[in-house]
Amino acid sequence: MDPQPEPVYYICGDCGMEIPLKPNDVIQCRECGYRILYKKRTRRIVQYEAR
Amino acid sequence: MSSDNEDTTSSSESEGADSVKENATLEFIENLSDVPMGRLPSNIEFQRTRVDCKADAPIHTDTFQYSGAYSSMRVENSFLDNFCDNFRVEVIRLTEDEMEFDMIGIDPALANAFRRILISEVPTMAIEKVLIANNTSVIQDEVLAHRLGLIPIKADPRLFEYAENNTASEKNTIVFKLHVCCERSGQRLSVKSKELIWLPNGSEFPLESQDSKTGSSSKPKTYTSFTCSQDSLPEFSSNPIAPALGDILIARLGPGQEIELEAHAVKGIGKTHSKWSPVTPVWYKMLPEIVLLEDIEDQQAEKLVAICPVKVFDIEDIGKAGKKRATVARPRACTLCRECIREGKGWENAISLQRKKDHFIFTIESSGVFPPEVLVTEAVKILEEKCDRVISDLS
Repeated sequence: MDPQPEPVYYICGDCGMEIPLKPNDVIQCRECGYRILYKKRTRRIVQYEAR
Repeated sequence: MSSDNEDTTSSSESEGADSVKENATLEFIENLSDVPMGRLPSNIEFQRTRVDCKADAPIHTDTFQYSGAYSSMRVENSFLDNFCDNFRVEVIRLTEDEMEFDMIGIDPALANAFRRILISEVPTMAIEKVLIANNTSVIQDEVLAHRLGLIPIKADPRLFEYAENNTASEKNTIVFKLHVCCERSGQRLSVKSKELIWLPNGSEFPLESQDSKTGSSSKPKTYTSFTCSQDSLPEFSSNPIAPALGDILIARLGPGQEIELEAHAVKGIGKTHSKWSPVTPVWYKMLPEIVLLEDIEDQQAEKLVAICPVKVFDIEDIGKAGKKRATVARPRACTLCRECIREGKGWENAISLQRKKDHFIFTIESSGVFPPEVLVTEAVKILEEKCDRVISDLS
């Protein structure tokens, strides 16, 4: 295991800021204190047919 | 017929007065309008060449293709001879992306074939696959992909092959990149088609299965396998590929939103999907002919000029007494609205609206991929190929 895990970014459900979270962090927006955070879209490529 | 008669009179002068009398009768008969004289009587000729537009419906709309249609009148109705002798094209108006021309002496079936080929069988390049890495805008991925597909791409499709199900290579695919993001503190952003950037080296997105395997190969595998850069080819180095128009709106981004994608354009035809159609519309109409059967004068003339929405009629002065008469000034503008011959106006029998059956006014509006005159030549080539195919199938 990595000693220092990479922070994962979440999006605040209220103000829309990006918040880095590490394991055991409090799930709370640092800007506005809102407690609902959303996952970001992955960068996995999705292929669509342009029709 | 008449020459035969002359022979008989000259050879047998002894018959004298009798034959002179006979001759006069024959001449009289031959001058009657319904005696066949090697050409059609005017009323039949009218039915053959014109559509007559009456107040309720047009009549004589069908064409006569059978070569023996008028054999009883000793008139040859051969399509091919007529076509070779009389076919003509006259360009009326030509701009960068629009063209109006007259096709004269052609059957409606053939004129329509050109129209249909122009719409659905002249190949172009259009975005077919969209690989979306990130899209946080309000427009959904599917809708965004569809919008991208409809953007006309200025690239000569004759230099590309059909992709079918082959792997994407520099010979069949054009790759565009679109990466825009709107700053968090910024204004709302419009993403325009000029922000699609051509990638002559192919896709930049690595295939997912590849990065887990090895990092040893210098070049990671991507969604396309280009063997060389497209801009090294002489056709493209001088004329880089881009959307035909730069100001087509693709999406609007709010603060903090981002779009990152790659679009792969391939060759196709409008029959598969209209995004490949090289024309915005192409249409034709038969040449309008308007005949004033009676003089329409003074107040009536002014009324007639005012009633026509496309201003077909005009007024000319006759004599010195300030008399005015209606004339047909711009027959090509007629849209066949039939307002002038509507019931109750009293002009049903004074104005004859006609269409010439073998004279088509074509208008082509290019989507910007090809100039319109090139589109016509391409359509002719396609029709030629089709005919060749039929001939080889039959032989």
